[in-house]
Amino acid sequence: MDDLDQLEAQSIFILREAYRKLKPLAMLWSLGKDSNVMLWLARKAFLGRVPFPVMHVDTGKKFPEMYKFRDEYTKKWNLELLLGDCPPVEEIDPTLPPAARSAARKTAGLAAMIDKYKLAGVIAGIRRDEQATRAKERVFSPRGSGHKWDVRNQPPEFWDQYATPHEAGVHVRVHPLLSWREIDIWRYIEREGIPLVDLYFSKEGKRYRSLGDQDITSPIESDASTVAEVIAELETSRTSERAGRAMDHESEDAFERLRVAGYL
Amino acid sequence: MNTIPTPAPQDAATPIVIVGHVDHGKSTLIGRLLYDTDSLPEGRVAQIIESSKKRGLTVEWSFLLDSLQIERDQGVTVDSTRIPFKLGNRQFVIVDAPGHRQFLRNMITGAADAEAAVLVVDANEGAQEQTRRHAMLLRLIGIRHVIVFMNKVDIFNYDQKKVEAAERDITKLLHQLEIEPTVFVPASAREGDNMASRSDKMPWYKGPTLTEALAAVPAPSSRADLPLRLPVQDVYRFDTKRIVVGRIERGRIRVGDEVVIGVHGAKARIASIESWHTAPQVAAIAGQSVAVTLEPDVIPDRGDFLFPANHAPLRAARIRTRLFWLRQEPLRVGESFRLRLATAEHQVTVAAIDSVVRLEDLTEHPAEEVPPEGFAEITLAVSETMLFDPFVPGTADGRGVLVDRNQQIVGGAPLIGVAESVAGRNAIHPTGSAVSLWDRAQAKGHRGGVFWMTGLPGAGKSTLAREAENRLFARGIDVSVLDGDTLRAGLCSDLGFSEADRRENVRRAAAVARILAESGQVVIVALISPTVADRELARQIVGEGFHEIFIDTPQATCEQRDPKGLYAAARAGKIEGFTGVDAPYEAPAKPDLRVGTTDATRDETAARLATYITDAIRLDAASRRQTS
Repeated sequence: MDDLDQLEAQSIFILREAYRKLKPLAMLWSLGKDSNVMLWLARKAFLGRVPFPVMHVDTGKKFPEMYKFRDEYTKKWNLELLLGDCPPVEEIDPTLPPAARSAARKTAGLAAMIDKYKLAGVIAGIRRDEQATRAKERVFSPRGSGHKWDVRNQPPEFWDQYATPHEAGVHVRVHPLLSWREIDIWRYIEREGIPLVDLYFSKEGKRYRSLGDQDITSPIESDASTVAEVIAELETSRTSERAGRAMDHESEDAFERLRVAGYL
Repeated sequence: MNTIPTPAPQDAATPIVIVGHVDHGKSTLIGRLLYDTDSLPEGRVAQIIESSKKRGLTVEWSFLLDSLQIERDQGVTVDSTRIPFKLGNRQFVIVDAPGHRQFLRNMITGAADAEAAVLVVDANEGAQEQTRRHAMLLRLIGIRHVIVFMNKVDIFNYDQKKVEAAERDITKLLHQLEIEPTVFVPASAREGDNMASRSDKMPWYKGPTLTEALAAVPAPSSRADLPLRLPVQDVYRFDTKRIVVGRIERGRIRVGDEVVIGVHGAKARIASIESWHTAPQVAAIAGQSVAVTLEPDVIPDRGDFLFPANHAPLRAARIRTRLFWLRQEPLRVGESFRLRLATAEHQVTVAAIDSVVRLEDLTEHPAEEVPPEGFAEITLAVSETMLFDPFVPGTADGRGVLVDRNQQIVGGAPLIGVAESVAGRNAIHPTGSAVSLWDRAQAKGHRGGVFWMTGLPGAGKSTLAREAENRLFARGIDVSVLDGDTLRAGLCSDLGFSEADRRENVRRAAAVARILAESGQVVIVALISPTVADRELARQIVGEGFHEIFIDTPQATCEQRDPKGLYAAARAGKIEGFTGVDAPYEAPAKPDLRVGTTDATRDETAARLATYITDAIRLDAASRRQTS
């Protein structure tokens, strides 16, 4: 087994644990490359099916290409799609820096969906290598009342045994891609032929490396117009993946404050 | 643009955990290592310089890891982080574990899957409380390669004598835990001495630098050649098919293989391996998450092991285990938990606390309770008979975990083996050996094992046993023979030939064989052991490294040979209950090895036996025994 086989096997194990232990369960689908890989892994785990709903928390500010992709693949992959919207930015904590405040709308939208569908588990495609705060995550990460992430009081997690609390008001965020790196995601996309929104590929010398809301995500300089070219570019790149995400740069702790409150 | 070839398959990254006492320099080591090996993304170096400046410090490497605001304010690492890192073409993942005492559970979270550990020790301060605690944990989670990084030697001016004195203290400590450190690297993380390049300040040091020591960590050994363990994770009903899913912990499956299912022992064949978006599969190996259908279509439960009939796990309702206790309150006898083992979950009660480790000197003592975050050996009473393999470092075997009623993990339980359960003997708690089986096997160059030869009187058991002993001894194998007559002359001289006495004779022989095998020896037992029940008893006592060898000599030949004149005496009525004459011999239906003695020379037969044994005790051999 090579490294991608091992990552795939581990992710399938995690998805099957979540499906067995957490009911009702749903998977977040942000329409980005990571959540497409995650959906693909679910279809591997459940032999072509996705036996739980996928959720798109819609900020209303995504790129048109992303909405088109969502509608096309919901049909093609026979997905049960749950849509949720986000409150207006005026309702969000005004002490957050502007971009983080905008991103926090999604947190509020997600919280509302979790409550509405009384979810015990939410599968999310975050990775440790994306951002230092995410590096602290568990594979099964329980969220207490108010969906708070208590980073200083996380359960132990070892030998593939995961915390699956049965407490009212507690849900578990499940992170099957936690150990994947950005380049692993792309190599897997290449190997498996996983479809993507074409914003990831270069047009007129620019492409998106990471996709968020239109107003707080910017493209990078790049000529990479195929998956193989993106991989080659990443192998020499030394800038971080989220460099184009405005809220990561506003202050040292903005991202952590977002995450404690329930952001992904 | 030129065509870009598809990237070549890569090996998985080797996880390395960095442990040690608070302020002995773990985070500095990692930051410096990443810097020295040019592994930092652009943004990170700028971040460190910016953060260091803000705090009025020169470049502080540890800030790289302490990336959370709350950590920096406290000055300690809260949780473990993982940092990818490359040496040549080899990928590593560095796991940074916190030194702060109450964060033990975070350290385990990071360290449990590591292939090797770097134990960071401040050479000036020597071993401190967390040095001992972390070293103990390395032992309990089964990490076999420990690199000791003697940090801050610049403070005593790179003095060889002082460094070596500090090394001696650490060696003594690690030996108490049966950890043989792979190497000591005298170094200074802050100054970069012996990190990625050789320090010119310690010309007396001839060993590897830290990066050289890391590059020499062996790749994880494959579990694919061990006997199969496939714990059932779930059973799905898709369309008309019933699909059993799980990850192969060790061994391999192939369509058509017969497997035994769980404690009930139903048998089935692997009818198909199901998958989506792959080429059709007929086989799968350890590490893969698989989906199979069974024929007949039996319905296993989550937690059932699928295993081969000739290599069953142990079964017991009373188990001894080591324990690292993660709760902030003590553990007492009588408390109940769920024991998770792979995907299985069993109701257990703490039946005894056998010993607790005193952290000041790492010695074991009787105690009433296990203190918060303490280390102990305990006995668990299980509500039902369960299957398990004892814990073996470097495999997934015997990795028990205790969870409370709320499904929170409260302790790690590397399982030792079956606990004594005979009525009236509950007060007896056999002590596990202080030296692990693996360490013994490594030292001797082979595993221990019990090769139980059964056959009619005169079949040639003792003769063959002695011949094989000679051959094995000549190959440097630590071997001994227990034969029926020798046992009866000494250990069993109080026994006659009644059914009960014969059975007791078998029990004693098996118990002695087990003790010898646990000390790493190869034991050849030559005993008539005429009944299936006798041999089953022996197999149960010995555990997994038991091999049944049938010396298959026809009765007529035995009687003709009659080396001790016993057949003649029995025929003449001078001996009663003689096996083969007026007492039955039940030949084994499926011995592990059948040896005929009539159509080969004694040399050929002995050579064949010796080869079988040599294969079975190889360090990488599939058959393994219960660990101490």
